[in-house]
Amino acid sequence: MSPTADLTRLSALDLAAAMAAGEVSSVEITQAHLDRIEAVEPKVHAFLHVDPEGALASAASVDARRAAGEDLPALAGVPVAVKDVLATRGTPTTCGSAILRGWRPPYDATVVRKIREAGLVILGKTNMDEFAMGSSTEHSAYGPTRNPWDLERIPGGSSGGSAAAVASYSAPLSIGTDTGGSIRQPAALTGTVGVKPTYGGVSRYGLVALASSLDQAGPFARTVLDAAMLHEAIAGHDPLDSTSIDAAVPPVVEAALSGDVDGMRIGLVRQLRGEGFQPGVQARFDEAVDLLASKGAIVTEVDLPHAEYALAAYYLILPSECSSNLAKFDGMRFGLRVGDDGQRSASEVMSLTRDEGFGPEVKRRIMLGTYALSKGYYDAYYGQAQKVRTLIARDFAEAFARVDVVLTPTAPTTAFRLGEKLDDPVAMYLNDIATIPANLAGIPGMSVPVGLAAEDGLPVGLQIMAPAMADDRLYQVGAALEAGLVELYGHTTIEEAPQL
Amino acid sequence: MPHEPLTPADVAHLAHLARINLPADSLGHYADQLDAILDAVSRVAEVAAEEVPPMSHPQDIANVTRADVVVEGLTRDDALAAAPAVEDDRFRVPRILEDAE
Repeated sequence: MSPTADLTRLSALDLAAAMAAGEVSSVEITQAHLDRIEAVEPKVHAFLHVDPEGALASAASVDARRAAGEDLPALAGVPVAVKDVLATRGTPTTCGSAILRGWRPPYDATVVRKIREAGLVILGKTNMDEFAMGSSTEHSAYGPTRNPWDLERIPGGSSGGSAAAVASYSAPLSIGTDTGGSIRQPAALTGTVGVKPTYGGVSRYGLVALASSLDQAGPFARTVLDAAMLHEAIAGHDPLDSTSIDAAVPPVVEAALSGDVDGMRIGLVRQLRGEGFQPGVQARFDEAVDLLASKGAIVTEVDLPHAEYALAAYYLILPSECSSNLAKFDGMRFGLRVGDDGQRSASEVMSLTRDEGFGPEVKRRIMLGTYALSKGYYDAYYGQAQKVRTLIARDFAEAFARVDVVLTPTAPTTAFRLGEKLDDPVAMYLNDIATIPANLAGIPGMSVPVGLAAEDGLPVGLQIMAPAMADDRLYQVGAALEAGLVELYGHTTIEEAPQL
Repeated sequence: MPHEPLTPADVAHLAHLARINLPADSLGHYADQLDAILDAVSRVAEVAAEEVPPMSHPQDIANVTRADVVVEGLTRDDALAAAPAVEDDRFRVPRILEDAE
């Protein structure tokens, strides 16, 4: 086996194979990643909490089970990083917010339970925009994460820590959550693969809710097949989540292994390319589409006539749900409590706690939601947004009657500079223009890296969307693109990332 | 849908409803930002959607129940472990009633 420093460069699949062949132990792999984290964290800040003791103990347990001849799950012993919005029993879970500083949940999220059951080793919890509100990870109460491709730029968000951990080789795999693009957009901006599964495909139990009708957890990886394996490990019906779909997990691993797009009907969304997209992003997108056509895919154009209203509908629906969901952070049962001097009322203590505990973006969205749900405005704002949501879902249904998947660039631009959009919420929201429609409709989406933009040398992502519970199609197309780009350039996009 | 520009007093009212004790000197800045967001999201009104049913959720499901089986819940100690204040094995909270005049 190669020296431990190289272990961080391997895919999850290769790490699993090396362990199965007895060439390396999970403890060695885990230690190599902990060393890598120690080396690059001062620059990247992908993690809010690293758990060396817990990780090494999990790794040792997997090694012992393997030595005893036990038949282990495919990814047993492979390290993973988990976004800090998922509850991990006994380990800090802050959601990037000061209001949850030091909170240790008394239970595991279902995704976390499944990760543990799969024998995956949790390295730690990753940084994020506070309560997943943001597209840059600058809205974390614990400081921003930086993009491993250029430390002066943002890694995207809100799952920027999970994306940066994988892109900086601190973890081969990570878990993010996606409410309006929070997995796919950071994947695009860091040259990684990120997947938002079908809404209901992965349990939301223990995922601290931002917008319950939109939130979905999913995988980040450096290869399409690695993402598929993690997707398979966390998916499936969960009675603890009433919106969890009681059906077989789509055959994502099989699809990632096949990568066959011959005869597949691919739709390009007329409304989500060209104008408003950076030329270098559009050029890479067009090149990737040509590649799919050369492999036998049938490329046509489709319309999502209401896509232009998706952003507006989303920024009414999301704040409305979040203003309600975040009411539980009141300083009474857990988390921060401010100003309880024996004189002040509960209401006053709540207000002081929420002012000190929440950052500006969270306050903006709570107040926006409070406004949109209030008497006199409800029908015009929240009610109308829900109707637009129906129309967007219908647009997709019509498109999928004609094509198997639809493609867009994942994000309109490559990674922008820290601070560039921090105090301009509307400019920040435009990042998610191509990713939001999938959340509104509840369908799955993947961002797969398709090379670098000519003008700035930063990674570009292509988004694939499929009908609900046809997540396997994402992997089929993603694998075809990944293989095609290697044929074209001799390497994957992430292999061009700086060494740090 | 043109909306009346939000005033600092409107923001103060929203902040009160949301139980956020915003400093007075921040109200104007929030009013400007919320106005800009409302301008952008008001576009939903351009869509003719009178006959369209509202969608609260991507799935066509309702009244989901699970088997009526007793499962282990949180223990009292677990539930109280992260509480800001505890008294007699209960959450201790500030007074919820105003003093009588």
